[in-house]
Amino acid sequence: MIIAESKPLAEIAALIKNARKILLVGCGGCVSVCLAGGEKETGILASELRMLRQVEGNPLETIEVTLTRQCDPEYVEMLANHLTEDIDCIVSLACGVGVQFLAERYQKWVVPALNTKFAGGTVEHGVWEERCGLCGECILYKTGGICPIIRCSKSILNGPCGGSQNGKCEINPDTPCAWQLIYDRLQALDKLDLLLELEPLKDWSQSRDGGPRKVVREDVKLD
Amino acid sequence: MNNFEPQIIAFCCFYCAYSAADLAGSMRLQYPANIRIIEMPCSGKTDERVLLEAFEQGADGVYVLGCLEGDCHFLKGNYRAKRRVNKIKKILDEIGIGGERLEMYNLSAAMGPRFAEIAREFTERIRKLGPSPVKANNCLPGAAARLENT
Amino acid sequence: MKTASKLEKILSQGHFVVSGEVGPPKHANAEEIIEHTVMLKDYVDALNLTDNQTAIVRLSSIAAGVHVLQAGGEPIIQMTTRDRNRIALQSDLLGAYSLGIKNVLCLSGDHQSFGNHPAAKNVYDVDSLQLIKIVKDLRDEKRFSCGEELKSNEPRFFIGAAANPFADPFEFRVIRLEKKINAGADFIQTQAIFDMDRFERFMAMVRERDLHKKAHIIAGVMPIKSARAARYMQKSVAGMIVPEAIINRIEQASDPKAEGVAICVEQIKHLKTIEGVAGVHIMAVMWEDIIPTIVREAGLYPRPQL
Repeated sequence: MIIAESKPLAEIAALIKNARKILLVGCGGCVSVCLAGGEKETGILASELRMLRQVEGNPLETIEVTLTRQCDPEYVEMLANHLTEDIDCIVSLACGVGVQFLAERYQKWVVPALNTKFAGGTVEHGVWEERCGLCGECILYKTGGICPIIRCSKSILNGPCGGSQNGKCEINPDTPCAWQLIYDRLQALDKLDLLLELEPLKDWSQSRDGGPRKVVREDVKLD
Repeated sequence: MNNFEPQIIAFCCFYCAYSAADLAGSMRLQYPANIRIIEMPCSGKTDERVLLEAFEQGADGVYVLGCLEGDCHFLKGNYRAKRRVNKIKKILDEIGIGGERLEMYNLSAAMGPRFAEIAREFTERIRKLGPSPVKANNCLPGAAARLENT
Repeated sequence: MKTASKLEKILSQGHFVVSGEVGPPKHANAEEIIEHTVMLKDYVDALNLTDNQTAIVRLSSIAAGVHVLQAGGEPIIQMTTRDRNRIALQSDLLGAYSLGIKNVLCLSGDHQSFGNHPAAKNVYDVDSLQLIKIVKDLRDEKRFSCGEELKSNEPRFFIGAAANPFADPFEFRVIRLEKKINAGADFIQTQAIFDMDRFERFMAMVRERDLHKKAHIIAGVMPIKSARAARYMQKSVAGMIVPEAIINRIEQASDPKAEGVAICVEQIKHLKTIEGVAGVHIMAVMWEDIIPTIVREAGLYPRPQL
């Protein structure tokens, strides 16, 4: 899923400082699961902002709506009923995708309440880690299911580099060396021969480097 | 300021503090009438939103009473309550309300006198701090329109 | 001879090579580089010019290499894949060769988080092995990394790569070295050696695979000025092993600097006896003027004249 975390309250407050009434939009997708932008977090943020403005003597009116997802037009459409004239600003608690979907659909100023961090998963309650670099051309079959592109600090495809010591990456003693992990796993699976061949240059045009990407499936299009 | 009587909400775990409050009553122990007790099935059930709502609705101080560490009926509820309280304290600092208006205490069902002591101690603290800035700025916000998942 | 490199010539004649290292300055004046070159050129066969080492912005290694060349030295430009994509790397290779540079050392480079621009975006379009292959293909296949032909005037670099016998996993280090040699590395410079036992084990594995016959392996040494510096490298520099015994020797010495030089000279003399070691690379960081003393005391002076 997409992992996100809340922007600092002061930053969000600054983004809406001229608004008197805001619509806070939570998202029931990934950011609900990673406890950053679901219904509960939307409620908390609304309460924080209201009190902050109350203390400043400049009360803020809030409306809270949590959509099933902000990355599907069907759900984004459901916001239309709540968007009255007097709303000065929409605060989206979705990832960057949701923020943009709202901005594309509605003629209102939309600001993000979250920083979208990475594609990852929950390793323990309250701890999320990055796993996928979204490079557009998966090579996990070559590396024992461990992605060097996102888990190696240098994204090197022929690792490990000289900075790998005691299983850790040189950038941080808490960061495991992805190539040590790959090596250990391939060794355990008796597939170390996969590491003998030089991995050629990667085609980054499949990644973001090729420009904004699009997936089109003619078979599932409706018209 | 001397006439200020703070409004204080105490979220009390059913297994310890709520019984301790009972015991304090039976023992005829004096504690300030400023405390409004809310019974919780466990201190760990005290959601962040509830804590914030208490302040938003005009509380000058809020505290959470949970079982002694290691004694939670649900094993870890009181530890979780403590983490949440610490998080909300930071938020209150950021908002300008002040984290010292929120506290977490641990006690057992047998500690009636301690219950009364905490109530006195905390009321004194809030009395010194004065009214919550949320309330001081008058006009409690109308209940925020909360629209459920559409 | 694959190239017109002086370093290649000396190595291929079987001389025990000595290379040194110059860190380009954090300003736009080349005086220091020229001074160091003049001071060192009779004591070393080639000089490495680091490429923004530890990710700190410095005068470019190619420009520094040209200064070395003009001052009569033989430059080895280091080239990291941290800051340039395949377009910029190949462009700079063409440019460097046009300026007379004949040796390049291909590296991935220190991560930018170590340097003075930790907010920088890294590139890592290619890794060090892929860069070796790019340089080799430009030279031997006369084509760019995209496959397009380079019709004439291809850059003919003598290709270097790094090996770190002190990084992990140890068993894989020799295999990775072999991958680098297969990719096109002609010479190898190793990380600074302090743990001689581990290096001996590494070289035994190198000989088992005949790698010393496929590329020239130049062993890295580093004179240490003080026990504090040694301790720092032991604790804080990733991919380095500094045994306690060496630190103790420097700590107990009445003249730590002299002891540091003595240790380095001993190491060089020992390395000369290891089969497959083709030379030494003296990394005297911020202590370049000690290199002549070390070279003399190690019995490596005078250097062969071509």
